[in-house]
Amino acid sequence: MTTQTAHADDHHHEAPKGLARWLFTTNHKEIGSLYLIFSLAMFLVGGAMAMIIRAELFSPGLQLVNPEFFNQMTTMHALVMIFGAVMPAFVGLANWMVPMMIGAPDMALPRMNNWSFWILPFAFLMLLSTLFMPSGAPASGWTLYPPLSLQGGNSFAFVIFAIHLMGISSIMGAINIIATILNMRAPGMTLLRMPLFVWTWLITAFLLIAVMPVLAGAVTMLLTDRFFDTSFFNAAGGGDPVMYQHIFWFFGHPEVYIMILPAFGIISEIIPTFSRKPLFGYTAMVYATASIAFLSFIVWAHHMFTVGMPLGASLFFMYATMIIAVPTGIKVFNWVSTMWRGSMTFETPMLFAIAFVILFTIGGLSGVMLAIVPADFQYHDTYFVVAHFHYVLVTGAVFAIMAAAYYWLPKWTGHMYDERLGKIHFWWSTISVNVLFFPQHYLGLAGMPRRIPDYAVQFAEFNMISSIGGFAFGLAQLLFVYIVIKCVRGGEKATAQVWEGARGLEWTVPSPAPLHTFDTPPLVDDSLEHKDRLPS
Amino acid sequence: MKRTNEMIVGLAMVAVISVITWALFAVGDNMTPGVTPFSKDVYQLHMIILGIVTVIGVLVFAAMFTSIYLHRKSRGAKAAQFTHSTKAEVTWTVIPILILVVMAVPATQVLIDMEDTSGAELNVKVTGYQWLWEYEYIEDEIQFYSALDRDSNYARQIGATRDPREVENYLLEVDKRVVLPTDTRIRFLLTSNDVIHSWWVPDLGWKRDAIPGMVNEAWTLIEEPGIYRGQCTELCGKDHGFMPVVIEAVTPEEYRAWVDSQKAEMAANDNAAERTWTRDELMTLGADVYAAQCASCHQGDGSGLEPAFPALAGSAVTVGAIEDHIDLIMNGRPGTAMAGFGQRLAAEDIAAALTYTRNAFGNETGDMVQPMRILKLKNGVVEGGVADTGPAGL
Repeated sequence: MTTQTAHADDHHHEAPKGLARWLFTTNHKEIGSLYLIFSLAMFLVGGAMAMIIRAELFSPGLQLVNPEFFNQMTTMHALVMIFGAVMPAFVGLANWMVPMMIGAPDMALPRMNNWSFWILPFAFLMLLSTLFMPSGAPASGWTLYPPLSLQGGNSFAFVIFAIHLMGISSIMGAINIIATILNMRAPGMTLLRMPLFVWTWLITAFLLIAVMPVLAGAVTMLLTDRFFDTSFFNAAGGGDPVMYQHIFWFFGHPEVYIMILPAFGIISEIIPTFSRKPLFGYTAMVYATASIAFLSFIVWAHHMFTVGMPLGASLFFMYATMIIAVPTGIKVFNWVSTMWRGSMTFETPMLFAIAFVILFTIGGLSGVMLAIVPADFQYHDTYFVVAHFHYVLVTGAVFAIMAAAYYWLPKWTGHMYDERLGKIHFWWSTISVNVLFFPQHYLGLAGMPRRIPDYAVQFAEFNMISSIGGFAFGLAQLLFVYIVIKCVRGGEKATAQVWEGARGLEWTVPSPAPLHTFDTPPLVDDSLEHKDRLPS
Repeated sequence: MKRTNEMIVGLAMVAVISVITWALFAVGDNMTPGVTPFSKDVYQLHMIILGIVTVIGVLVFAAMFTSIYLHRKSRGAKAAQFTHSTKAEVTWTVIPILILVVMAVPATQVLIDMEDTSGAELNVKVTGYQWLWEYEYIEDEIQFYSALDRDSNYARQIGATRDPREVENYLLEVDKRVVLPTDTRIRFLLTSNDVIHSWWVPDLGWKRDAIPGMVNEAWTLIEEPGIYRGQCTELCGKDHGFMPVVIEAVTPEEYRAWVDSQKAEMAANDNAAERTWTRDELMTLGADVYAAQCASCHQGDGSGLEPAFPALAGSAVTVGAIEDHIDLIMNGRPGTAMAGFGQRLAAEDIAAALTYTRNAFGNETGDMVQPMRILKLKNGVVEGGVADTGPAGL
């Protein structure tokens, strides 16, 4: 390429090739792809751990792994899935889509964007390396409750350092997203014209900045308790193990919404597209998201009703938790109203979005049950809870990510994915995931505690069913990997708009989206069908 | 016409989804109503709330599937373009709030009742250990440990020859049950000696965490005699799945008889440490103590689980200097999972375990430790303040 052609808005000057291109890239689309590929890899690693868990639980008795390794698997499965699969997937989607949705040329802080991604592979290399250390991977559950977590060996220091790195990465990512959304919107893209995915991510980013430092503080105290003889959480030294739980869940509950608010955004993009009808109650959706985010800060202790709290505290956290059902309900009602009297078609993204609404709602309803303190005394730390949070995280967050992947793959690759395989993947996943998780409600109610490697024989049947569902669900995701690779390599050419009912700036650029879009900001006005999003 | 259609399909959807939901409830397990006033309240609360959320779910899903069925492009549906309705938003904000209030009122009443632990006729202190429970009857001055029973313990090992399905109450049986009187208001004081555990018997209707450095309270009143089984429900390390709780509820008369028999047994054992024991006696008792206290880490055959839990077969400790071995068992090893048993076990139990481990697994040192030697040390521990080496579990 000659210097004459590499002019003005063509940034191809000295673009490195090969590995260096990816190492040094500051392009939001390339970094978005890196995040998504990394997330998919971690999804498979965490999934493999889940397969080990379900294989051991296939029948009563210990067959495959010893209890210590089983505990390492449950702990690592959660850490890898939360910090390695779900969160980076959403950051990857934000990287790809937020600038295109608001008409910005790139993220506000491109170099920091590069750094916040490239921290992650090293953080997870460190976390996963503990599996091969003499004292093994962490085995105290992803919550790392002391004093149990402090019984771990020296590998614990690597775990904590890895968590610190993940936190730094998340905070930088969040700062970048806020800076981008607040400063780089195209002219006319007012806040209340922004697509809901952008709104939910803006709010999520504030949650991240608020709580990741709290997690960092909590695990740092664990570090000094373990290695430097402090007694923050050591009762024998005047510390308080319950204090850790309060601090952890002050991070942990907003974290739950960090993993679901962007999913709400994705669903709010997809349902209108395939219903060929504007999102119902846009403004209410924005306020509901903000309310959920606010409430997430004042409900943390519902994770610990059994630690023995004063009556007043239990009542406060019960009521506050129940109130979350109201804004969440508003969201579900608005999605259903968006479909109502639309003109629906059911391509794979829409199928995943519909499954999300149904299955996330099931998880939400069991969440209301868990909020009821006296009943929680029975549900707490049983498989009922396991079923609940897998409904909101797998059929919630992960299904939304799947929906997003199918929805935007044509925009990313320029090819349509294989619709027939996509539908097979959807039905296979949806049926197997319910075989996997629905029986776990029964197991919990019948009295099976979580995090046990072996169980009494009356739990055998439902565990076997659950495991069969688990293996089938795991296998289905290999099909997903194949579909993605196939789509990247080729397929029917995608148009710019891709979907008949798609609205928004990202569908005005060609497919695949060129490396640089909106170098000249588009002018956003009501003609882009955003008028329906304005408050009346 | 359109509205009529929507009504008809909607009702059909409600019917179909209700049948599916009913089937899901029919095939599955449900929470136990339990045997205490509290557990029955909780069960009722659970059923009310399950009912409410089920109805909400059925209605929402029915509306959704009605739309999916009728408003599809392939049926020639034309998209309406309405975008919001303040009336609708207010409706589906207010109605859920009212439903939540309906749920919150009984929940609050039941909780207030649970939190009132006054008026106890019997106090039982429960202490969690990795991985067994200790029970102390405060009024009756009875104390014992309760660990997974031996049959379950054999069957649960990797490569075990026993099939768990052939073990009665696999993983839900202990070597010594907690005997409690019915129709008596019993207060539990829960704490832990090492990490956080959680004490749960579903038939009592609650679980409560046992936390080191804290004493939690909870109460119960068992209405029917019977055997009620539960488990530890807070991850407490590798054998978290293997520390069951088994309650044997008997009538108050039977309970008194049990207390008397326990006291007689304790009296008989009172001076056990002061006599000279034979090798066979020590080995027999030692095998029992080893199975209950040591085998979960060091394994039944003394092979250990390296690196955290060293092998005892041919180890430097079990065939080395006897003084060091005794010191390790009495005081534990700080910075590892090895707890000190000097406070926890009777002198004869410690002596027997020492004798057993020095002669089992091919160790064959021929050593024998008399309970008297341990008893002197134990008294020394109290008088001489050797406990300054730090609290166990550090």
